[in-house]
Amino acid sequence: MSEAASNQAVVQAQGLDLTFQTNDGPIHALKDVNLTVDKGEFVSFIGPSGCGKTTFLRCIAALETPTGGTLTVNGMTPDEARRNRAYGYVFQAAGLYPWRTIAKNIKLPLEIMGYSAAEQDERVKNVLELVDLEGFGGKFPWQLSGGMQQRASIARALAFDADILLMDEPFGALDEIVRDHLNEQLLALWARTEKTIGFVTHSIPEAVYLSTKIVVMSPRPGRITDVIDSPLPKERPLDIRDTPEFIEVAHRVREGLRAGHTDD
Amino acid sequence: MTSAGIRAVWAVLTVVGVIILFWYAASVPMNIKGVLTEFERAGEQVDPPKAVDRRDMSEFELVFDNPYAIDETWDQDRPRLPAPHQVAEELWETTVEKKITSKRSLIYHAWVTLSATMLGFAIGTGLGILLAVGIVHSRVMDLSVMPWAIVSQTIPIIALAPMIIVVLYSIGIQGIIPKAIISAYLSFFPVVVGMVKGLRSPDAMQLDLLRTYNASRSQGFWKLRLPASMPYLFTSLKIGIAASLVGAIVGELPTGAVAGLGARLLAGSYYGQTVQIWSALFAAAILAACLVGLLGVLERLVLKRMGMSQ
Ligand SMILES: Nc1ncnc2c1ncn2[C@@H]1O[C@H](COP(=O)(O)OP(=O)(O)OP(=O)(O)O)[C@@H](O)[C@H]1O
Ligand SMILES: [Mg+2]
Repeated sequence: MSEAASNQAVVQAQGLDLTFQTNDGPIHALKDVNLTVDKGEFVSFIGPSGCGKTTFLRCIAALETPTGGTLTVNGMTPDEARRNRAYGYVFQAAGLYPWRTIAKNIKLPLEIMGYSAAEQDERVKNVLELVDLEGFGGKFPWQLSGGMQQRASIARALAFDADILLMDEPFGALDEIVRDHLNEQLLALWARTEKTIGFVTHSIPEAVYLSTKIVVMSPRPGRITDVIDSPLPKERPLDIRDTPEFIEVAHRVREGLRAGHTDD
Repeated sequence: MTSAGIRAVWAVLTVVGVIILFWYAASVPMNIKGVLTEFERAGEQVDPPKAVDRRDMSEFELVFDNPYAIDETWDQDRPRLPAPHQVAEELWETTVEKKITSKRSLIYHAWVTLSATMLGFAIGTGLGILLAVGIVHSRVMDLSVMPWAIVSQTIPIIALAPMIIVVLYSIGIQGIIPKAIISAYLSFFPVVVGMVKGLRSPDAMQLDLLRTYNASRSQGFWKLRLPASMPYLFTSLKIGIAASLVGAIVGELPTGAVAGLGARLLAGSYYGQTVQIWSALFAAAILAACLVGLLGVLERLVLKRMGMSQ
């Protein structure tokens, strides 16, 4: 990737604020959030429950409207970016349609976006390969394990040409071994597709292993306490997690999380 | 057959057996007074011999005093409560042994009612689905239609049916249409309620997902809401078709109709033909069971094809 391209800001948040009006009074979910995500970056959001990770991701996807500050995606408002189908969103639950086979589930966004039948088949084949689910296209979701369903939902988000992939704890419900495997696959996929990825997690090792940038957040009000640019190389075998550099970054993330807590 | 299957069959047969026994037992006290009156007229010895004396006596006492009359309680022409075999015989005679074109064929009458039921069910289902779609997509319709739909169901159909028939007759509509309308009136409601629930069943996440695709409302309807509502729809259809049948029968009562299961019920009660009433009731029940069963089969086929049942 050229230097110029990697400096292009994909997400830019300035003084972003979001207050939910609830029956129990206002909830300050995001306060003065400033963040720039460059093209091709892998950004992880980590922080305790309720610190606004999901809310921030949803703001980027125009599923939530900020109450203050500015937010641009690809130089547009989030809603314009949404209408331009700029991102694929992977929710915590796979959310596959039970009445559609895996292949038909992956076709859902393609049908909506009006791809031709031949193009749909081609893309389904490609993304199924990408997430290691060849041969499962004709199966219904209930015939797949939880991890496979989650991979299918990632495939669904990859099927169309969105250059941003937003993932909200996609592997949260999976066991560690499956998770390691999917993390590896996700990195490989990211390297191949050069997408910009926003990734919410609760796991420090996962965040450090995957990201080029780690955003540490803290709650009440939800805000960013640290932004760490990872010194780790792009090429990351699983045992990179035993290197001193990895441990150092993990340490810094842990410190950031702790600092956020003592602020309370 | 599996042993569980055999056990299920036994359980069902046992229940049926108990019901039939109970029914035979109930026929005795129900019919004893009538039988004794007949015996008295025929000049036979009855205890007590005078009808006035028997009038205020308990049925059980009469049975106890005149045990020889028990046989006859199961074999009267116009019993208060016909015995099971009398109903079964009548059913057999009026279905298998009568030509379908005969006015006394129960199949013919069932067909008359069935056709009104089906027409009413089709109208009711179509209307129910349309209303549900409107309610789900328009807040105004949600607020304005739903309360009326609920109110409509609180009016006893028995009170409403004659008015519908009279009003329609006055503008020259009669025959199958008024019956179908009453039938539709009863069947649209479960369809509305079930369909509204079904169309609203997709959760926030699934709706958000479509939003990230920038899907239009109609795409959301055809690709998400409608398929998600199918299990709900079938549940409502099963309730709806039973309600349709009741509607069609009720629609036959106030006109003094000449054909249909409702007409058989009515004629039976005019002439004290209890056996005829009971056989018409059974025909209606059997018809309802068949219709609901048919929908159940359809449901299984459709949901299986959709991959929604495993
Ligand atoms: N739609 C909403 N209405 C009202 N309050 C909300 C809404 N969505 C989120 N919140 C509140 O905003 C705060 C941030 O929520 P958010 O879901 O972003 O947290 P999170 O960091 O994703 O937490 P978790 O790790 O548990 O997923 C919480 O206090 C939550 O209660
Ligand atoms: Mg969250």
